Amino acid sequence: MKKLLIANRGEIAVRIARTAREMGIETLVVASEADADSLAARAADNFVVVGPAPAPASYLNQDAVIAAAVDNGCDAVHPGYGFLSENAAFARKVAAAGLTWVGPDADAIEMMGNKSLARESARKAGVPILRGTDGPLDPDADAVEEARGIGYPLVVKASAGGGGRGIRFVHNEDELLETIEMARGEAASVFGDPAVYLERFVRHARHVEVQILGDGTNFIHLGDRDCSMQRRSQKVIEEAPAPDLPDAVRRTIRESSVELARECGYSGAGTVEFLYDPAGHEAAFIEMNTRIQVEHPITEEITGVDLVREQLLIASTGSMSVRQEDIQFNGHAIECRINAEDPHNNFFPSPGLITALEWPAGDGIRIDAGVEAGSTVSPYYDSMLAKLIVHKDTREAAIEGALEALYGTRIEGVKTTIPVLKKLLDRLEFAAVKHHSKFIETVDNLMEAP
Amino acid sequence: MANIVSPLPGVFYRKPGPGKPPFANEGDTIEVGQTVGIIEIMKQFTEIQSDVAGTLESFKVNEGEMVNPGDTIIVIREG
Repeated sequence: MKKLLIANRGEIAVRIARTAREMGIETLVVASEADADSLAARAADNFVVVGPAPAPASYLNQDAVIAAAVDNGCDAVHPGYGFLSENAAFARKVAAAGLTWVGPDADAIEMMGNKSLARESARKAGVPILRGTDGPLDPDADAVEEARGIGYPLVVKASAGGGGRGIRFVHNEDELLETIEMARGEAASVFGDPAVYLERFVRHARHVEVQILGDGTNFIHLGDRDCSMQRRSQKVIEEAPAPDLPDAVRRTIRESSVELARECGYSGAGTVEFLYDPAGHEAAFIEMNTRIQVEHPITEEITGVDLVREQLLIASTGSMSVRQEDIQFNGHAIECRINAEDPHNNFFPSPGLITALEWPAGDGIRIDAGVEAGSTVSPYYDSMLAKLIVHKDTREAAIEGALEALYGTRIEGVKTTIPVLKKLLDRLEFAAVKHHSKFIETVDNLMEAP
Repeated sequence: MANIVSPLPGVFYRKPGPGKPPFANEGDTIEVGQTVGIIEIMKQFTEIQSDVAGTLESFKVNEGEMVNPGDTIIVIREG
């Protein structure tokens, strides 16, 4: 690998460029017209404008992105996260253009993209799954009988859904058949596939996940993370390792995630997501993300492994540089996502010019930012500006350190989620790991609470 | 004539999604509270509703075009 096209923007483009440079790989980053003057465009050795500001015309424009790579002599494409990173058709086009795809092969992306196929392969690999139908619900099956075996409440999920879309809640038997009917109709019109399946619903579930790496021959895990602090299914604060997890559960999710990777001959970095029921001490498979994750830095901090470097090594040489026995876990890391949103106004997006910006510095503090003073936060893209990561010896020290670091951060010109991050880190529920993935929605007047 | 103005900055869409029919077309009868378009900003979607009843006279913004707060999006002939 001599020259890498980074097919992304913002902090992850900056992040990928940093490791590529350390490895002596030349970088070219794509940019929309709105991002030609961005930090990411300057972080790479060069940038190329691939289209106007709206993402469908630029970052999601597959032909323009591939042409940018081919015309500029790149030999590989790193998709980052979001945009085209989990698009199997794009991965195939990249390979067909003679370029190296930094990620798992298109078949693995496709399989994990289909929720009921993914659930089925997880089950085969011994990954714990929630009680539910084996594959899609047979339209001729006795759904009432199936549901009795699962128990209420349950959810009806579209096989072709994902990322929180295509899910309907069923409280009791009276609602079941009508809800399945509506879910089938909706799935057919929204996803073009009427298949649905039934799954047990877990109240007050936490979100835990396992980082895996595979090179087609060796498959390892780099421990777990907890991302339970979410707002509307979007992660807000993440930490590694996952706190307050029974040893048996931790072992099960780590080892079965590795088996799942082995089962699909996985090549690259991936994340197996689980929901964890703290009442029943049970973890169950949600989905597998076939790309680098936003929250990968907390795993890097506690293991000392550069995940982007491993991705690039796997893609270019076919082997990763670490074995399971090399992976040691040290301390605790917390990541806070700083978004351009106004927490005092229902998290309304806040684009605009960043007039002043100061990051905290100190032992164990890492900032992965996509903006700097003078950057314009565009209304066209995701609102995440930066990730503030703090690594300390203990969870308590990491929470304290993250709070201090947030107090040492100053961003002016746009509203940010820093005030709500401070509130959340200070909650007793967070300290006691009594929060869950719907916690933020259940707190009234979070910003006014003492 | 009444103007429907954008309350926020963002990208204007006449359709709820790619391949879907538009919320409203020129010449359509529009009710109070009817959704006539959506504005996307940073992946969040806000529906734009008419606060008057009448006939949709014209669009002042094209599909996928950027708008600022106070920009006229649609003109409605009242009545």
